Amino acid sequence: MSAAAIGEPLTRVDGRAKVTGAAKYAAEFEVPHAAHAVMVTSTVASGRITRMDTTAAERSPGVVTIMTPANAPRLPNNGRAAVNPPAGRVLQLLQDAEVHYNNQPIAVVVAETLNQALLAAALIDVRYQSTPPKLDFQAGFPAAHVGKNKIPSMLSEGDVAQGFAAAEVTVEQIYTTPKQNHNPMEPHGTIASWDGELLTLHDATQYIFGVKQTVAKTLGIPEDNVRVLCPYTGGGFGSKGSTWSHVVLAAMAAKVAKRPVKLVLERPQMFGPVGGRPETYQHIVLGAKRDGTLTAIRHDCYSHVSTVEDFVEPSSSQTRMLYAAPVITTSQKLVSLNVGTPTFQRAPGEATGTFALEIAMDELAVALNMDPVALRLKNYAEADPTSHKPFSSKHLRECYEQGAGRFGWSKRNPAPRSHREGNLLIGYGMATATYPANRSESQAAVRFEPNGRVTVLSGTQDLGTGTYTIMAQVAAAKLGLPITLVDAKLGDTRQPQGPVSGGSQTAASVTPAVQAAAEQAVLKLVTLEISNPGSPFYGALPEELDFKEGKLLRRSAPASGIPFTEIVGRNGGAAVEAKASAKPSQDVEEYSQHSWGAVFAEVAVDESLGMPHVRRLTAVYDVGTLLNEKTGKSQLIGGLVWAQSLALEEETHIDPTTGRPVNNNLAEYHMPVNLDIGALDVSALGTPDKNFEPLGGRGIGEIGITGASAAIANAIYHATGKRFRDAPITPDKLLA
Amino acid sequence: MTGTKKGCDHGQCGSCTVIAGGRRINSCLSLALVHQGDTVTTIEGLAHGDQLHPVQTAFLEHDGYQCGYCTPGQIMSAVALLDEVRKGQPSQVTPELRKAGPVELTPDEIKERMSGNLCRCGAYPGIVAAVQQAYGQTQS
Ligand code: FES
Ligand code: FES
Repeated sequence: MSAAAIGEPLTRVDGRAKVTGAAKYAAEFEVPHAAHAVMVTSTVASGRITRMDTTAAERSPGVVTIMTPANAPRLPNNGRAAVNPPAGRVLQLLQDAEVHYNNQPIAVVVAETLNQALLAAALIDVRYQSTPPKLDFQAGFPAAHVGKNKIPSMLSEGDVAQGFAAAEVTVEQIYTTPKQNHNPMEPHGTIASWDGELLTLHDATQYIFGVKQTVAKTLGIPEDNVRVLCPYTGGGFGSKGSTWSHVVLAAMAAKVAKRPVKLVLERPQMFGPVGGRPETYQHIVLGAKRDGTLTAIRHDCYSHVSTVEDFVEPSSSQTRMLYAAPVITTSQKLVSLNVGTPTFQRAPGEATGTFALEIAMDELAVALNMDPVALRLKNYAEADPTSHKPFSSKHLRECYEQGAGRFGWSKRNPAPRSHREGNLLIGYGMATATYPANRSESQAAVRFEPNGRVTVLSGTQDLGTGTYTIMAQVAAAKLGLPITLVDAKLGDTRQPQGPVSGGSQTAASVTPAVQAAAEQAVLKLVTLEISNPGSPFYGALPEELDFKEGKLLRRSAPASGIPFTEIVGRNGGAAVEAKASAKPSQDVEEYSQHSWGAVFAEVAVDESLGMPHVRRLTAVYDVGTLLNEKTGKSQLIGGLVWAQSLALEEETHIDPTTGRPVNNNLAEYHMPVNLDIGALDVSALGTPDKNFEPLGGRGIGEIGITGASAAIANAIYHATGKRFRDAPITPDKLLA
Repeated sequence: MTGTKKGCDHGQCGSCTVIAGGRRINSCLSLALVHQGDTVTTIEGLAHGDQLHPVQTAFLEHDGYQCGYCTPGQIMSAVALLDEVRKGQPSQVTPELRKAGPVELTPDEIKERMSGNLCRCGAYPGIVAAVQQAYGQTQS
């Protein structure tokens, strides 16, 4: 088998485990004597618990312990947040009787079996003193506050009044997106077991090191006493990036029960206690000259937060860098509501922000009687319009060109309602996609094993993102080996520390560390050999040697190679391992770093039923190097499915009186099924961005959800002549 | 055995799909007692040793998954689907209900018949391609 190459569409190295059912997710580990815990959650949105009667529950068969605010172990600092987001959040750990939202954890029941725990939980009688909850988002605007975020809350570039005065055409509209919940298919779950002072957690997470740190700090124990394991994560999309209450509650319950405890959330408990995407209300004003040149952009956003913690959904972030307008003003304000704390959900900010901005751009194109692609090219930003830095790499123009060509955009008659097939109105729409390129420090190790295999390790996660595969692939490519000789290991805090799998940064952070570790491991082989009199390379200079196809050789005599197993053997048969760390260089600060894409949509709307169907999406992305074409494309496709969901299906409905999530299940929380998805034509330019990271790859997990939802909304306008600015665009709205 | 997954416990997601008595079911809605005497096949029972079932191989080749959590259910559904179309069982999108013999396995037939299995990762196009490949390989 030939050596692995970067970009090659290799099949996932963990694929076999997944298709045979052998892959073990957090809650599936068999921990001897584990008891089953269930979380009890509040049924009011605001107030305090006045009485919790557990008498009947305690007498219920199989009950081991019941943890309530009255008897839960007291935590240092009252269990207040000890670690900053994303890992640490403000949690509900039974330290007081306050209720901040409906569905908040208020007790934990531990029993011998799951059914016994569920039965006992149902027998707990809770009384509340309710206070009127704050649930009306828009009513909160006058009292909205400014949150802390890396994006300053109010920014303006240029003279705003002058910018709009110079406009000959203005578009001003309100766009909204609803509350959403991540709903990964694997429910959140934790198995906690104590061995004396040592705590082991099997946790469904996007950030094992974040869990380790947060749980240790919250419980007030040394970090070294906590080990977190998560070899497979059944999807996360941001919800598993933070350590939520149930993780710490499981550890507390195991301590009280004096035995391991397994706590898995029920699906309805994933609506509130583990975050979600906040509702947004976005006011956009675009001013332009008749020829399409933007003179000013205003983008003011409101989003909601809980009453316990702020989280900014920065919907205005792309507005600050996407189009070259001389005047750009944006703001972000927050409204506190009695709901679960919102959090990062796939492309926080850009997902909702591009929905608004890219519909507004379509409206401007209509107002100017201009082609939507031409309008975007007219305002193409050659450098970041607000930071004024050059882009690390930008080939968005090619994305528009190739996308338009592949889609057949030139065949579009610009007039709305101009294409009909019987009852169906057909429309074409397009939009720009963008997401920042993120990277952080990461460690990895590479080990030459005595059996001729190579192991690559990093304490990161694979949420389906292909991390196992690209770790193995990058190591194999670096060492000139076939991927079948490389084993990737991740998901254990005993491994070298990896970053959070969030912000599309895992690949760009971990693979440079893998490369560095591979280099260091080779250097170790070299060092061993040149100082070993028994080696044919004894006394050689390191620069005279090279490592190819698993062999160490003299550059001057390529046939001189000896396999690394021989070197490992000469070294007493112990594996040769090196660890390395890699972080972004200082130079990257000189650039504005983003990924780009152009998305084109064809939508058919049944005029009498109001049913929209996305027939096809064509998307061309500039995401730098694709490390693995197969898994990379799957990520982009997954993002597009999410975009369609945002545009047409998803919404968490909160009861306006009780604050209860109403559609808290997978039947009523609509997300796309297989038949909803049309033909997807996804491609990536593959132009490396070496200003960003050594292999030139930028993240791909989130960009797919950006822009595409607006392309769909714009296609619906083109089909029907009706403009929809509120997601999701459901049949009732289409028929109204 | 932990291959069969629980995504909702309410018959809403298909993660727990197994084949019992020759038909695919959401196992979370079924009592073991009801299947007294039936053969039950879970994801663990598809491969023969190292030899994967053609549907499993096709999922690997077409990347019909990402996180893998819905995958055992998707694969069990796909295996059952192949049998259903061969037996001529129509679906909601089958154009000709009275035609005897196997149903023509169009992309829409696959999508409709796989729509009881949610995939939040959005691996749907890969799943359709995998079913197509497996159908081609197992046709005889
Ligand atoms: S777990 Fe059975 S259908 Fe969801
Ligand atoms: S592969 Fe993740 S839910 Fe389908």
